[in-house]
Parts: sequence; structure tokens; C-alpha cells
Amino acid sequence: MRMKRKQIAIMILRAAAIVLGILFLVIGILRGEPGEILFKAVKICLECIGIG
Amino acid sequence: MSGMHRDRVKATPLKKQNRIRLLIQLAAAAVLNGYAAGFMKGKIFTGKTKLFCVPVLNCYSCPGALGSCPIGALQAVASGTGRQISFYVLGILMLFGVLLGRFLCGFLCPFGLIQDLLHKIPGRKFKIPSGIDKTGRYLKYVILVLVFLLPAVLVDGFGLGTPFFCKYFCPAGTLEGGVFHVLVNGQLRSLVGGLFWLKAAILAIIIVGAILTERPFCRYFCPLGAFYGLFNRFSLYGIRMDESRCIRCGKCETVCPMDVKITKKINTAECIRCGKCRAVCEKEAISIRFMLKTKQEKEQL
Repeated sequence: MRMKRKQIAIMILRAAAIVLGILFLVIGILRGEPGEILFKAVKICLECIGIG
Repeated sequence: MSGMHRDRVKATPLKKQNRIRLLIQLAAAAVLNGYAAGFMKGKIFTGKTKLFCVPVLNCYSCPGALGSCPIGALQAVASGTGRQISFYVLGILMLFGVLLGRFLCGFLCPFGLIQDLLHKIPGRKFKIPSGIDKTGRYLKYVILVLVFLLPAVLVDGFGLGTPFFCKYFCPAGTLEGGVFHVLVNGQLRSLVGGLFWLKAAILAIIIVGAILTERPFCRYFCPLGAFYGLFNRFSLYGIRMDESRCIRCGKCETVCPMDVKITKKINTAECIRCGKCRAVCEKEAISIRFMLKTKQEKEQL
């Protein structure tokens, strides 16, 4: 019984994480975040390499 | 059978597992950093694949990088004007986290691979005292919170923040991007100052640490490992211990690179799913599970 409850809890957590993950992904795309990331990623990031 | 020969026979599954994992790690590092021309020209890739975040710590300023680093991307969006958080990156990380958990650290992360290779350098190896180790592991969660908070909260007069983790700490960026660019680009070399040397010193400490002990960056500092660790207990890909088969010999705990107390709790946030425990278990008490089913359970069904 306890095992079954644990499994149900795990399945709920998974489903919630998947739904939220997809939701966040869609919101991010609609907000134009990939473009913002591309803009940053195609130039040498001076902060990342310890210069800026 | 002599004791020595018996040991050699027993070591075979572990060696096989290590070899397979190393091949996957090398392949992943090669695919994620597949822009070979970047290394020759001293430039970075500027194609559209950088719209996507890779699920591991791989600096987008690495000359070979074909995708974006999720931690860099999170901070880039948060440090810009108008947005406090990147839902896009968060969504990607959540989906990868729930699917694979820290399998990503164990099999796909190039910086994890670098630490594994460094640890193969022969010499004396150390275990961090358990008190320091246990407390130190919480540090990566603090760093994770700071990765989200600092770029969004500490902003200048124009509302622009700073990618603090990348700028002041990330040894992956220093190694994969910094060292290369500074060596090949004279213009960048002329800009090297205290900040670069600070990051180089952090990298040096991590390198020495990785030679002496297993995966110190993953254990104590990696915000991405901390994030995936939150999903490890319920990720679709996981491992399972069959208590009825376990004889408490402790071999699994001896080979575990993350010092997980496997016989007590196997699916902890620290497990990087390297599979060493499974390979050394003679009783086949440890198995891989996908969804809620192990291979044996599926066969029984």
C-alpha cells in the first residue's frame, strides 16, 4: 500500500514536471528568448572566458 | 581459481561498464563540440543551432560548441533588461531532468568527462572527510539559487545585470573557452587581467582537486548538477535496488565516484547514474529502471 502510494506520488511529480517543462518552453519561445540566447551565444562571451 | 585470477574475472563487468561510459562521454563531447573549424580558425560557431541549449555544462564560447550553455543562457536572459528568468531554458532543463536526471552528468557532460580523465592520472587519491563532504554538497544548491537570483537582482542603472557564475567562477568556461581564446587571439590576450587570473586559479584548484578526488566540481559547485539532482528521485531513467538480493557486501559503495550510500538509499540527488555499482554487484541487486519498471519486472509481466 505504502509502495503504491509512493509510486503514485512519483507519477504525479513526473507528470507535473513534464507539463510545467513544456509550458515553460512554450512561454519562453513566445517571449523570444531563443533569439536572445542566440544573440549572446554567437559572440565570444568575454565574461565566460574571464576577460569582461 | 587463484585469488588474483578471481579478482580479474570479477573486475571485467566494471571495466566493460567504464569503457562503454567513456566511449559515450567522448562521443557526446565530440558531438556537442563538433565545430572543428572553430579550433583551427580560432573563432566560435555562429549558426542557428545555438538557439538550442545543450543539457550539460558546455561553454558557448568554446570554439567547437554547436549549442548554448544552459547556465550561460539562463544568466544572459536574466541579466538583460525586462526579464527576470528564462522560461525557455528552465523548460528545457526540467524536461531533460525528468527524463534522465543526473545521467546527464555521468554520461553526457564534457566537464564531467574532463574530471574523470584527470582522476585517471596515477598518484595518491583522497576521500574528503565525510563531515566536510556532506556539508559541502549543499554549496551547489546555494550556487544554483545565486545563478537565478544575482543576474536578475543586482542590476546597474540601465537595468542590466551580470552573469555572475560565468564571470567570476565557471571553470568550464575558462577551460573550454578562455584558455583557448587567450592562447590564439593576441587581441584578447592583451585584455587579460586580474579577473582572468582569478578564474584561472579556480580552474587550477578544480583540476588539482579532480586529480586527487573524484568529481569535486560536480559534488560541490555545479549548479546544473544541483538542478538535475532535484529530479533524480523521480526521473524516468533511474536505478533500483532489490533489497531481497542485497547481501550488504558494500562493493557498490566502494566503487561509487560520488560516495552515495547505496545500500541505504540508492536514488539520491548525488547519484550520477554511472552504473559502476550495478557492474560490481554479483547478486544483481541493482538494476536500471525506466519509468517504474526494471528489466526483470518487465520480463515478469
